[in-house]
Amino acid sequence: MTVKTFSRGVFLPHYKEFSENKSITAIPLPKEVVIPLHQHTGAPCRAVVKPGDEVKAGQRIGESDAFVTAFIHASVDGKVKAVEPRPYFTGTNVESVVIEVDAKQGETAWQERDVSKLNIDQIKDAIKNAGIVGMGGAAFPTHVKLSPPTAIDAFIVNACECEPFLTCDHRMMVEMTDALIAGARLIQKVVSAPRVIFGVETNKPDAIQALNAKIAGETGFQVVPLDVKYPQGSEKQLIKAVCDREVPPGKLPFDVGVVVQNVATCIAVYDACRYDKPLIERVLTVTGDAAARPQNILARIGTPISHIIEHCGGFKGEAGKVIMGGPMTGWAQTRLDIPIVKGTSGILLFSQAMVAETQHMACVRCGKCVDHCPMFLYPNYIGTYAETGRFDLAAEWGAMVCFECGVCVYVCPSNRPIVQFVREAKRQIAAARAAKN
Amino acid sequence: MERKLIVSSSPHLKSPEDIQGIMIDVLIALIPAALMAVFLFGYRALITMVIAMVAAMAAEAIILRKGDFFGDGSAAVTGLLLAMTLPPAPPWWVVAIGSVIAIAIGKQVYGGLGSNIFNPALVGRAVLVVSWGSYLAGDVWLKPLPFAFTADLVTKASPLVAEQATSLLDLFIGTVSGSLGETSALALIIGAAWLFYKGHIDWRIPGGFIGIVFLFGLCSGGFYDGIFHVLAGGVMLGALFMATDMVTSPVTPVGKLIFGTGCGLITMLIRLFGSLPEGVTFGILLMNGLTPLIDNLTLPKRFGEVKKSNA
Repeated sequence: MTVKTFSRGVFLPHYKEFSENKSITAIPLPKEVVIPLHQHTGAPCRAVVKPGDEVKAGQRIGESDAFVTAFIHASVDGKVKAVEPRPYFTGTNVESVVIEVDAKQGETAWQERDVSKLNIDQIKDAIKNAGIVGMGGAAFPTHVKLSPPTAIDAFIVNACECEPFLTCDHRMMVEMTDALIAGARLIQKVVSAPRVIFGVETNKPDAIQALNAKIAGETGFQVVPLDVKYPQGSEKQLIKAVCDREVPPGKLPFDVGVVVQNVATCIAVYDACRYDKPLIERVLTVTGDAAARPQNILARIGTPISHIIEHCGGFKGEAGKVIMGGPMTGWAQTRLDIPIVKGTSGILLFSQAMVAETQHMACVRCGKCVDHCPMFLYPNYIGTYAETGRFDLAAEWGAMVCFECGVCVYVCPSNRPIVQFVREAKRQIAAARAAKN
Repeated sequence: MERKLIVSSSPHLKSPEDIQGIMIDVLIALIPAALMAVFLFGYRALITMVIAMVAAMAAEAIILRKGDFFGDGSAAVTGLLLAMTLPPAPPWWVVAIGSVIAIAIGKQVYGGLGSNIFNPALVGRAVLVVSWGSYLAGDVWLKPLPFAFTADLVTKASPLVAEQATSLLDLFIGTVSGSLGETSALALIIGAAWLFYKGHIDWRIPGGFIGIVFLFGLCSGGFYDGIFHVLAGGVMLGALFMATDMVTSPVTPVGKLIFGTGCGLITMLIRLFGSLPEGVTFGILLMNGLTPLIDNLTLPKRFGEVKKSNA
């Protein structure tokens, strides 16, 4: 078995053992769901329902005329309680539709269709109407990604799940292999890719085995085992590892003839095409050293994390940090009434002991960040320039190229919050450029 | 749910490595050379090392006005490295002044650890060489007496200025006269192996340094001279422990190689054509000054840059 990978990056502890063998289970509905109208990259949606309206699960409640956007759907049967700004996981408030969940949920009868009869436009429409976005975290609208202006010769299914702790993609690969492959076949058809490649890290041998068993008869399908190295699941690093192509700064995967979609997204595409079912629920991992019962759950979009945590047995010991997403790129939460969204791959509960030290020292130029940066940048200089307010120099040294994977901070012996510095630099650089124009 | 949650920017995982840990690793790496010094030069070597370390740590604690004497550990490392470059038994006040200068002028005036341009221990040594040279050169070398542990040592010329050729085996083991920590290549290599194993130093700086010294020696006088120049004097200590100081050396792979090579080149130019018998100190200090320039000139190609995609 040849194992491929990219240059640099870092070997992290996996922490997958908490939940990697736990089957996916659906959790009970909360009393209320909060569905943000802007939970994707692109234009926000406007509400097409008003307080007092009765809604059904799957009913469209938010839309936009923009191309880069994703429709929003009610995830439950219920009554719209409010349309107002509500706290969002990034710390801001986002216009949201609050739905009081009906005690009695109607049996939603999804219509089955023969997906092999759908043509490219029908598939794209189904994806657009289902409001599907990249479910690995970036939440980029999928129908946009599937409209490449150039010829595509490889469609890569991002099955790395390189963030420690998270196991939802892993479980889906094992438990929903058929839907995953069917979804991948639909996307292959849309982008006319001769090859479909599943990039899977080798710490998921059962997933590799399951995929290999099912793709045996398929032409052009291939599973490529990848080294367990972070950030292997970053699009550019994945393309480098699988196809040995580098996506230039400011360019997108289709510029090198590649389209990448995450495991959960492929399955959502299949559901949308097969059942005309919008993206109203997702699989996510609830884990962490302070999670009483770590597991992989199926939950409706808009479910507050407090409800999910409670369902999973709450905290074990004293809580230190609650993170939405993975431990390397996720967001620490200040409150627990935050709803999960389409891009939420996990909820991590950290104990006090697990919380990293937040005091930092001066850079000692050890160069470990330079040795590990997957974008071949100088995080040391970018961080120091941003810290001292020299955002022009931070830009010169490549702050805008950084995708905030967090490798530099992980290896930094001075504990410098380089990602935080970079975010500030990006904000300031963008503001300066806007002021100039 | 009333809970106090900690909020910070991602990432939320941290490698356990910190500055103090790295400094302790460097101290561990210097143990073989320190033991060898005591073995060869007796208790006076130990006293010199202790004075240097205590003076350095005290100077740092006073300047930073912090009660934590050991702190991040960098002052202890600076003090011990300075002692390694000194003769076995200079007057105590020379050692102490060297340490205080190393910390105050070599490091803290620039803003402390991470901001200094020059290797602090070598700044201390350089000031001692020009100010109290008679205590650091000339008839100050002790003849090594293994297992003697007495104060009663005889002075003997350092191999670099000795009339007679020194045995290479003696140079490798360290049974020659010289500065405290630089005589035994063997002990230094054992210590450096620990730093390589922990990933704190890269082969490029010592490789470039030692490689060019050997080549220079080889060209100037044959194989014996090549090996002699590598093993004699401060090349091994300088290449493995001084030039590899992370603060004052480049961070790029190519830059590290250029830096190491430059250190070796200047060392040999001073040794062969200069008025001083030894050139390691000034070789490294001069290259320290060039470090920012070297970093700027050896930027790695960013991911996806230059190379055209084959789409």
